[in-house]
Amino acid sequence: MNVTVNGEPRELGDGATVASVVELLDVNPGARGVAVALDGEVVSRGRWADTPLSEGSMVEVVAAIGGG
Amino acid sequence: MSDPLRIADRELSSRLILGTGGFANHELLAQACRAAEAELCTVALRRLDPAARGSILDVLDEAGVSVLPNTAGCYTARDAVTTAQLAREAFETDWIKLEVIGDDRTLLPDAVELVAAAEELVDDGFTVLPYTTDDPVLARRLEDVGCVAVMPLGSPIGSGMGICNPYNLSIIIERAGVPVILDAGVGTASDAALAMELGCDAVLCASAISRAHDPVAMARAVALGVQAGRLAGGAGRIPRRRYAQASTPEEGVPAFDVQGLSQ
Repeated sequence: MNVTVNGEPRELGDGATVASVVELLDVNPGARGVAVALDGEVVSRGRWADTPLSEGSMVEVVAAIGGG
Repeated sequence: MSDPLRIADRELSSRLILGTGGFANHELLAQACRAAEAELCTVALRRLDPAARGSILDVLDEAGVSVLPNTAGCYTARDAVTTAQLAREAFETDWIKLEVIGDDRTLLPDAVELVAAAEELVDDGFTVLPYTTDDPVLARRLEDVGCVAVMPLGSPIGSGMGICNPYNLSIIIERAGVPVILDAGVGTASDAALAMELGCDAVLCASAISRAHDPVAMARAVALGVQAGRLAGGAGRIPRRRYAQASTPEEGVPAFDVQGLSQ
């Protein structure tokens, strides 16, 4: 299926979940300061593995940076 | 001397909140944290950069500070609410420094969107500290919807222009029932001292420290400015007057003109 991850088009296999995207970005699932929104809704860490994506899903994966 | 800052259910011994944006590297940030004796530091969220090395959270942990996530870069209440929810997830805190910007050149807050976002976040259980203008009416509105502090600007973010309207800031301070934290505009230590003398409860400082020629020295200077201003504000300044008032007693001045001949 075709999805958008942080603004970039990505192709993922059937059955892909939020956890698949996190893995794709080479992020340790326990990494601190990371959060995910799927189609504008926050998906808590505990639900990454069982939240399925669908064709056209928009995923934002964010991490901590310095800021005022 | 114990003089803690109380915000919501929290007590902080440092009245300087350090913004972590703009530091050249993590080591400099860590040193600045220590020099500032900060207990609370702001952090932000951006799209994950797979090439980024080392988390800023590890640096802040090592320095022994807590994080206050912000919603920098949001232009609508909706985006700010979603960003705050992401921050709650990423940083495991319901504290949020709420920023809703209305214009990309001035980075001034959008009052309408700000109040809407604050209200929604308070309803959702967040502890909200909004970045606001120096408008006393807006500060009151934010307090009314349940914000635990207000964070008026002294001047635009990163401008280093100091406190452009001390009169408005004083009115906010007089009327606020929640802590007032000067946010934005500090250019150097004396600006932070002035904010505290005026009666602010704390100062948030980012660019003035991180973009200084020597950020670690400036962190220390701003921390001392905050302490000096706090003490001076409590000590009570003398009134301003147009003419001199001698500090040496005027009585008992010896006379050398024995016969008054010079008159």
